[in-house]
Amino acid sequence: MRAALEETGYLVDEGLAIACFLALRLNRPVFCEGDAGTGKTALASALAEVLEAPLIRLQCHEGIDASQALYDWDFPRQLLRLRASEAAGVTDPEKLEGALYDRRHLLARPLLRALESAPCVLLVDEIDRADDEFEAFLLELLSDFAVTIPELGTVRAETPPLVVLTSNRTREVHDALKRRCLYHWFDHPDLARELAIVRRRLPEVTARLAEQVTALVQELRRQDLVKPPGVAETIDWVRALHALGASEVDASLATATLGSVLKYREDADRARGLDFAAVLAGRG
Amino acid sequence: MTAVASEAAADPAALLVGFARRLRAAGAEVSGERVRAFLRATEALRPWARTDVYWAGRLTLCGGPDDLPRYEREFAAWFGGGEQAVPRPPAPAPPRLRPVLRNAAVPTGRPGAPEERAPRLPAPAASTDVLRHRDVAELSAAEREQVRRLLAAFALRGPVRRTARRRPARRGENDPRRTVRALLRNGGEPVRLRHRVRAERPRRVVLLVDVSGSMAPYADALLRFAHAAARGGHTEVFTVGTRLTRVTRAMAHRDPDAAMAAVARAVPDWRGGTRLGELLKEFLDRWGRRGTARGAVVVLLSDGWERGDPELLAEGMRRLHRLAHRLIWANPLKGRPGYAPRAAGMAAALPSVDAFVEGHSLAALERLAAVVRGGRPPEGIPREGADGA
Repeated sequence: MRAALEETGYLVDEGLAIACFLALRLNRPVFCEGDAGTGKTALASALAEVLEAPLIRLQCHEGIDASQALYDWDFPRQLLRLRASEAAGVTDPEKLEGALYDRRHLLARPLLRALESAPCVLLVDEIDRADDEFEAFLLELLSDFAVTIPELGTVRAETPPLVVLTSNRTREVHDALKRRCLYHWFDHPDLARELAIVRRRLPEVTARLAEQVTALVQELRRQDLVKPPGVAETIDWVRALHALGASEVDASLATATLGSVLKYREDADRARGLDFAAVLAGRG
Repeated sequence: MTAVASEAAADPAALLVGFARRLRAAGAEVSGERVRAFLRATEALRPWARTDVYWAGRLTLCGGPDDLPRYEREFAAWFGGGEQAVPRPPAPAPPRLRPVLRNAAVPTGRPGAPEERAPRLPAPAASTDVLRHRDVAELSAAEREQVRRLLAAFALRGPVRRTARRRPARRGENDPRRTVRALLRNGGEPVRLRHRVRAERPRRVVLLVDVSGSMAPYADALLRFAHAAARGGHTEVFTVGTRLTRVTRAMAHRDPDAAMAAVARAVPDWRGGTRLGELLKEFLDRWGRRGTARGAVVVLLSDGWERGDPELLAEGMRRLHRLAHRLIWANPLKGRPGYAPRAAGMAAALPSVDAFVEGHSLAALERLAAVVRGGRPPEGIPREGADGA
């Protein structure tokens, strides 16, 4: 599992590899929690690549409901159909109803698409942003991977999709949902792993630049920042420096491009007090 | 270890279930369903490999980052040492989370005049962390009576805000979806227009209750107030003292006494010192900025005795004020005649506070509830020295 994931360019540690293995073996969703920019969402796309299955993403937001997440009827098309049938003189009500509530007039939203196109990877992103009611609804769906559409009947996934849920902890997700999942906490990676991730994601930059920036970010994370930078920010920073044509970074260049990694004024102020040169010298 | 080993030889499942039991006894929420998942997960892996058992348990028996340190501890204790076998993952919580300080004398937490503590040197109280659990069940009869009245009177609701959701209504904007649905039901004849309006929900209320020594006479009453407030489900409760503890879960018990007992178990710093500035920062870093305080009504129930740097508290209050919908400070001392916000922490915090109210009596808490709902504060926001002295 681990090797397969690493082939896609997504580096995992042992715990996450075991989590993915168990998710597949036990048909349990993986519940990913952790700071922003630690690779929660990227896991789903890596898994999709490994399994050679489509990735279906449901981005949660406040007020999301079944018609946006599961299915909806295509009313305009139904109306057209109705008018057309009337014009053609269809009188058999049974037939008319069957034609109106046909699968063709059903708009499949991500959850229904996931059930129909299984095997696939279903990413339910930022579940903490949705309301409690939606959580309960999702819980029902995840327990038997089937949904009943009153007009059509039950749609059941032949093979249950692999589900990845992510949360940024803006709100405590209900325990009933977590209980059915494998819980994995995403931490910031250590220097060696982060460097490996950067090198893997950005093979075009020089080894020295990647190494220096990763060391700087690790140092920044040790500071008491409002928003410690994630791996995504490290990659952004390396990319920014690479775009400037740098093959290595010095203190002044690092300070000038700090905006790509620190997004709060307080953090930038604090970082300016840091001795970048010393950190860089320490890395040799 | 030997007992564990012999047990393992007898029945591996019993060993695993025993571990789950131990974890539950340590305070984790380990349900039967979780234990089943744990067993199935171990079975799917290599049940003899320590790492696999470790991760199977961590993935199935934990439900949040707060569970992880306890899991580490209990796992090591149950399955024995041998740290080389299990690579210790880095602690999930930020390392600055829990500085444990226990070098100074225990303050007495004397009820009565906390104002008298003013001239005390701040040093001893600042570096004290009293790991003493208070039995809040032992209240006097008068207090109980007061609390019953309190519970009867309260339902704390934040002011409503409009949400992205819409709900059916008799009037309002057109609801094309329902209109067309009705139209189809009637064979394509447009019969009646349906309407919808934006749904409203109460804003979240976040209560930060000071449980330090100087607040001891009020802590019980305030926590019961918080319990009544938390019933609605849109309320988060934290305690601050020398540590920040989220007690919303403990508050979930319907019975106030059971809830208070759970809170007493959860809070490690009854009647210790106060590090408001640092804890406010911790609250902002761990909870506030992520969304708990965003757009919420945040209420601080504290006397404002800050043993740390008031500037840190002032900075934290400014940040919190930018995040929150309204920031309310309830200070039980404010009700005293001749009170002025002289305490360094209080003075530093006031410029960022939207409403500064009392919190010493039932009537004062009723007023607080009205202010949270969106009413005006009883009197204007007192500036430094404008009130009393």
